[in-house]
Amino acid sequence: MVVKIEPRPEPSKVMQYLSPLIAAVLMLISGLIIFSLLGKNPAEAFHAFFVEPVNDLYGIGELLIKASPLMLIGTGLAVGFRASIWNIGAEGQLAVGAIFGGYFAIIFNDSNGLFILPLMIAVGAVGGMLWASIPALLKTVFNANEILVTLMLNYVAVLLLALLVHGPLRDPNGYGFPQSVLFGDAAILPVLVEGTRLHLGVFLAFGGVIAGWVFLQKSFTGYQMRVAGLAQKAATYAGFKYKKLIWIGLLTGGLTAGIAGVLEIAGPIGQLLPSVSPGYGYAAIIVAFVGRLHPGGIFLSSLLMALLYLGGESGQMNLDLPSAVTGIFQGLLLFYLLAADFLIHYRMRLNRSRLEVN
Amino acid sequence: MSEAPRLQLKGMTKIYPSVIANDSIDMSIAPGEIHAVLGENGAGKSTLMKAIYGVVKPDRGQIIWNGEAVAIQNPAHARRLGIGMVFQHFSLFETLTVTENIALAMDDYTSMESLAGRIEEVSGEYGLPLDPGQLIYSLSVGLRQRVEIIRCLLQQPKLLIMDEPTSVLTPQAVRKMFETLRRLADEGCSILYISHKLDEIMELCHSATIIRGGKVTGYAVPADETATSLARMMIGKEIPVCSRQRPVVDGERCLEVRNLSKSSADQFGTDLKAISFSVKGGEILGVAGISGNGQQELLYALSGERLVDDRDSIAIHGESVGHLNPDERRNRGLGFVPEERLGRGAVPGMSLSSNVILTAHRQGMVAKGLLKFQKAAQFAEKCISDFTVKCGSGDDPITSLSGGNMQKFITGREILQSPDLLIVSQPTWGVDIGAANIIRQSMIDLRNNGSAVLVVSEELDELLEICDRLIVIAEGYVSSSVNVNDTSKEEIGLWMSGMFPGGPATDTFNEATHNQESHGC
Repeated sequence: MVVKIEPRPEPSKVMQYLSPLIAAVLMLISGLIIFSLLGKNPAEAFHAFFVEPVNDLYGIGELLIKASPLMLIGTGLAVGFRASIWNIGAEGQLAVGAIFGGYFAIIFNDSNGLFILPLMIAVGAVGGMLWASIPALLKTVFNANEILVTLMLNYVAVLLLALLVHGPLRDPNGYGFPQSVLFGDAAILPVLVEGTRLHLGVFLAFGGVIAGWVFLQKSFTGYQMRVAGLAQKAATYAGFKYKKLIWIGLLTGGLTAGIAGVLEIAGPIGQLLPSVSPGYGYAAIIVAFVGRLHPGGIFLSSLLMALLYLGGESGQMNLDLPSAVTGIFQGLLLFYLLAADFLIHYRMRLNRSRLEVN
Repeated sequence: MSEAPRLQLKGMTKIYPSVIANDSIDMSIAPGEIHAVLGENGAGKSTLMKAIYGVVKPDRGQIIWNGEAVAIQNPAHARRLGIGMVFQHFSLFETLTVTENIALAMDDYTSMESLAGRIEEVSGEYGLPLDPGQLIYSLSVGLRQRVEIIRCLLQQPKLLIMDEPTSVLTPQAVRKMFETLRRLADEGCSILYISHKLDEIMELCHSATIIRGGKVTGYAVPADETATSLARMMIGKEIPVCSRQRPVVDGERCLEVRNLSKSSADQFGTDLKAISFSVKGGEILGVAGISGNGQQELLYALSGERLVDDRDSIAIHGESVGHLNPDERRNRGLGFVPEERLGRGAVPGMSLSSNVILTAHRQGMVAKGLLKFQKAAQFAEKCISDFTVKCGSGDDPITSLSGGNMQKFITGREILQSPDLLIVSQPTWGVDIGAANIIRQSMIDLRNNGSAVLVVSEELDELLEICDRLIVIAEGYVSSSVNVNDTSKEEIGLWMSGMFPGGPATDTFNEATHNQESHGC
């Protein structure tokens, strides 16, 4: 008897939902094996990694703070991914959003106007979209591959931020450290719950997820994006304007990443630093896929991914684990997800059939 | 014939996850016998042939070859036994020569020179001339099939399997192929001939096995049967006929094509060469021709999926539309059923209801940018009931439909929007007889209600049955139109090979005699 892999007559609905769970469980098991190999007690490591970070109110607040940019960007990317437009450049779009928003926070540093935060968010969104419009333009005019263009622009944007923080935007009284002035109170998102760092931005992220859900599941344009992603010839046959869909797909990612950049600097960071994101733009890609490109799923997977960030920090502090451990877990999760997704379209069966030949 | 049968099948069964493709099939073929396997699309003919050729492994059953039970492992094993197969869809590399393509399929190494020599020898012997040095892309579909046949003959097969071989041939070329097959049979080669064309089988085959729904429903000597009796065995009931009622409808000119030229996007495609024709309301215009003669390119240009340079070369209701995309053309009354159903006419991974929205969204399914799923579901239900689409409900995935049902669904979606102009490509390709009649009848009804219908099909019989007028496309040229009642299958067959006034075959003649170019058609 051999295990036989055969295509399913139609994609399995159950596996579509089960696959992220299988991936999460396999990630967990592999992680614990790695901990044991490093000489840590797996139970202890599990506790330090997944329980300790969130066993108090402060921890929950941190979880939501980390999850906010992930769910926001993840939703924005899902809009493009649904149409098979692969924006890998959220990290750079986030950095440019932070530059735009941070610039206005710095020039209005003395003012107390209520307009500052909305302005920062708006220009941050514009910054992210401007950065995303470069690959959109190159793709629609020259058919340039958006994966490469967005990916390479990440490095440009991150270095641009570092350049500015080392130069023109550096705090003149900061003893030469590469950082901007601390933002004024009017440029800082108000904290929602006493004793935590949870700020107003979390509502913006929730709002983004809901808006994304309406757009993807209910709107005609969202339908067109799905058609373009599933069968481009069908989109052409229906006469949907593919170039318009490319613009929407890339700009939505830029918009959400830009806003997320502002949420970071106007939230926990409170100033411009050479690096404003621990790889949220990349992690959001995993969030989008683990969440099945569906805003509801993205909400859940952003919480999981945020927990990995917190667990990684906690593991470094409590167990002397290397800082790479967060990246390892993220990688394992995506790896197992892609593997488990195979079972959506295929199934394994024990081969019992035999040929009757005398 | 008293000697052992060449091939005997006993209880052949093949079960796929969703369907029993073959259910205990018994069959026997004598040496030199031309045996028809007759059945509708999806009856299980191809699966059975693939089992004999070693492409699929049967779950149960016995293959007895020249009196000995064999388990055929793979096509190479089948070829060693002396079984050759010509597939419905060719497997040739277009950038390679005839010899190179054939060398790829040879199990033993032969030098190119000696192989080319043998190709010439065999092709001459059987009256199927072929130039071994020619590149495949320069060959017509009929010649490509010839390459596949020669490829089999080189192995000196004892059994030749031919899967729907005539669908790519003109009536004249079909005659020619029949001669070759008869000659092969006379030399002792058995032939398994798969088809759903009753007249061909009655003319060519000595015996027939009829399959329906994976089971054998009868054995017959075709010469003793009538088309009706064979059809009854094949589909299990009388063939429903289309209503012949054809009121004369005098409509306005609806689609006008003037001097349409367009180079193909595919490097091996056919360029359109100054095509002109028109369709008026209340008539069905058929476009006959062998596949690959510019039909694809013509349809892409008419639907708007590829825009043309001269916007005036296509007009709907007198308005130039050559620069408009398919959506804008639909707003002007166009409905279009492409020949590729899944992936073009319908979106895999979506439900029937969602697939309705693809083109029918203009029927009040969008309000303020949001979709009204209720409306789409109602439309889908109507489409399912009006066109007897066999499915669970509108929420089923479109991929759960069989080819024929999907075709009915897509055709229904376009027709229910009452287009002024309906363009249909290969309306009944791969569709069973019952479904085909529903589709044909719905096109006739649309015509009788005053719409213009353009049908592109490779099935000449179908065009002669439903069309008012015919044009023929050959190598990107289009003939002048002819009334269906004023022509014959033979004349259209000649035209299909390019021999019409202004056509490609006469064009070369004109060039050779330094004549001026032909003007219009």
